[in-house]
Amino acid sequence: MDLLRFTTAGSVDDGKSTLIGRLMYDTKSIFEDQLQAIEKSSEKRGDENLNLALLTDGLKAEREQGITIDVAYRYFATPKRKFIIADTPGHIQYTRNMVTGASTANLAIILIDARNGMIEQTCRHSFIASLLGIKHIVVCVNKMDLVDFSELAFEKIKASYIAFSETLGVPDIHFIPISALKGDNVVDASKHMSWYIGKTLLQTLESVQIISDFNTIDARFPVQRVIRPQSDAYPDFRGFAGRVEGGVFRPGDEVTVLPSGISTKIKQIFLEKTELREAFSPMSVCITLENNIDISRGDMLVKSDNQPKVDQEVELMLCWLNDKPMLSKGKYLLKHTSNEAKCVVKEVAYKVDINTLNKIEGDFEVNKNDIVKVTLKSAKPLFFDAYKKNRTTGCLILIDEFSNETVAAGMIL
Amino acid sequence: MHALSHLEQLESEAIFIFREAVEQFENPVILFSGGKDSITLVHLAHKAFFPAKIPFPLLHIDTGHNFPETLEFRDNLVKKYNVRLDVGYVQDSIDRGTAREEKGINPSRNTLQSITLLEKLEEGKYDAAFGGGRRDEEKARAKERFFSHRDEFGQWDPKNQRPELWNLFNGKKAQGESFRVFPISNWTEMDVWQYIKKENIDLPSIYFSHERSIVNRGGVLLAESPYNTLLAGEHYEKQIIRYRTLGCMTITGAIFSKADTLDKVIEEVAAARETERGNRADDKRSEAAMEDRKKQGYF
Repeated sequence: MDLLRFTTAGSVDDGKSTLIGRLMYDTKSIFEDQLQAIEKSSEKRGDENLNLALLTDGLKAEREQGITIDVAYRYFATPKRKFIIADTPGHIQYTRNMVTGASTANLAIILIDARNGMIEQTCRHSFIASLLGIKHIVVCVNKMDLVDFSELAFEKIKASYIAFSETLGVPDIHFIPISALKGDNVVDASKHMSWYIGKTLLQTLESVQIISDFNTIDARFPVQRVIRPQSDAYPDFRGFAGRVEGGVFRPGDEVTVLPSGISTKIKQIFLEKTELREAFSPMSVCITLENNIDISRGDMLVKSDNQPKVDQEVELMLCWLNDKPMLSKGKYLLKHTSNEAKCVVKEVAYKVDINTLNKIEGDFEVNKNDIVKVTLKSAKPLFFDAYKKNRTTGCLILIDEFSNETVAAGMIL
Repeated sequence: MHALSHLEQLESEAIFIFREAVEQFENPVILFSGGKDSITLVHLAHKAFFPAKIPFPLLHIDTGHNFPETLEFRDNLVKKYNVRLDVGYVQDSIDRGTAREEKGINPSRNTLQSITLLEKLEEGKYDAAFGGGRRDEEKARAKERFFSHRDEFGQWDPKNQRPELWNLFNGKKAQGESFRVFPISNWTEMDVWQYIKKENIDLPSIYFSHERSIVNRGGVLLAESPYNTLLAGEHYEKQIIRYRTLGCMTITGAIFSKADTLDKVIEEVAAARETERGNRADDKRSEAAMEDRKKQGYF
């Protein structure tokens, strides 16, 4: 059984929370006491139908207001696959939450209300999914029950999304007409839409192929920790612990250590007592080398014939996450793989108008939820790939050294 | 084919979190309750740092109301992995006057754990505590981070939690602040059981079916113990039960079960109609019980 992480996006009334509740309810992932608890809550609030959205609104404030204000993780599984849902709010003011939730997702569900068709938010959510490197989108045209399950309505929306999606660069897009409230085509096939012969949402989620989304070409091993037992049993052992973030490593492979540039061969790869013949993303392993080289956390092992870019200046798309705006020429701390460095924002090239996707140039403030293209200068060299090529070696975060808050998410161009 | 199963991916993620936290924090500790989640954590920690020893101690908050099986298991585990064990006694906090025993006939020391926990964390100068919390366990945990910030009072403020993107974790903190780290955040109860089976992890015997003297108090099957006083009309009866979750003897409810092997337990868990925590009297008290307890520093 494998694992699929997906995000759900839709505005407050699009029925996203109901959809998740429905997925969990129909796959019998809601337990009896949870069901009883939301029945009680629904009654207290005066809801007419069982409000499945209550399953996902965890915090008191949200339950009172009826909206979700953070990223909530929900879990369910079928015999085919385990699923992790990053449920994020749809409001434009919570763009940063969607960016957060989408960062680890392989797939995005985009909800469109069948009565309204594509709206600004549809474009915004799709853009964020694409920006964050999600390769699979499932467009669910919801509330089909309110448009008489009309095939025409569905096809119109599908056509308009296809036209829009040409700019997105997302290779795999699916379209499904559903009713989250009534359950049509979510888990069970709809009895009201015989004109639709495609998969249900759950079938789609179970069958989407994500294995090719992992980078198996560019070997990258950021050293997370040096393991030195210095014990009687292992007096001279020196191993490098970390997670393979791209490509494949095998014992005997020639590797180059960055930043020193020294080459050596891999002696052993293992996890606890199990010796491995190969290691690939996202395996956490321990690697030993033939030569005794000085390596520390933040260094990276790569294949000699396929190296990342090494530079102190990086161009990237940045999403500002913090309530306080970015300081012009501000100094921040950046985190990239297992590396940390002070950096300064050298230039803001443009801001993306997240509703029209147009570029806005000129001097302006970078506020929370803004998406901008910037150039950063790091105090020490970084070893990176374009985010499009490798999400892990292409991403970074900025930290405000005074408040310790994570203020921005970056995707290297 | 370069593919990992879901358990392998979850394991890799947990190991990554352990290694990352040890690098970012000065003095971490594992919160060890003796339950299956914290036992799994210790197993993962061992794998993460092998062939070096687990580079931090275990901290057990002893309410004084433990299942004796839990304590025996704990001591054996500590010997097996050759780690240091730090124990905080709720009784000490009560004697000191920092914690007050609940009034009434069957006081639970569950809420008092937070007090002793915070005292021990301060005493040990631990700046990060690993816990076996999972996000599927309960509503208020759905939004937990892997690296969960706690202020200087040990409190969790949902508004203070940092966004967590990709696998970049920000453990920066001011003096006096600390973190809870939850390596198995993305694991479900079923994932934990499947992993226990796959890795052949030992568990305390009470997770498996056995006979025990039980009283049914309002639907919660409580064990006969020196800490439980029978109310009028109650009586103990021998029952075939097992425990799905472990807390104090005073509040943890058993379930009727004949599952005496790991496979049978897993089958039962798969078919279970109630969540793991649904048996915990402490969670039932109010809708927002867990959230309130987290704000106080419970976990």
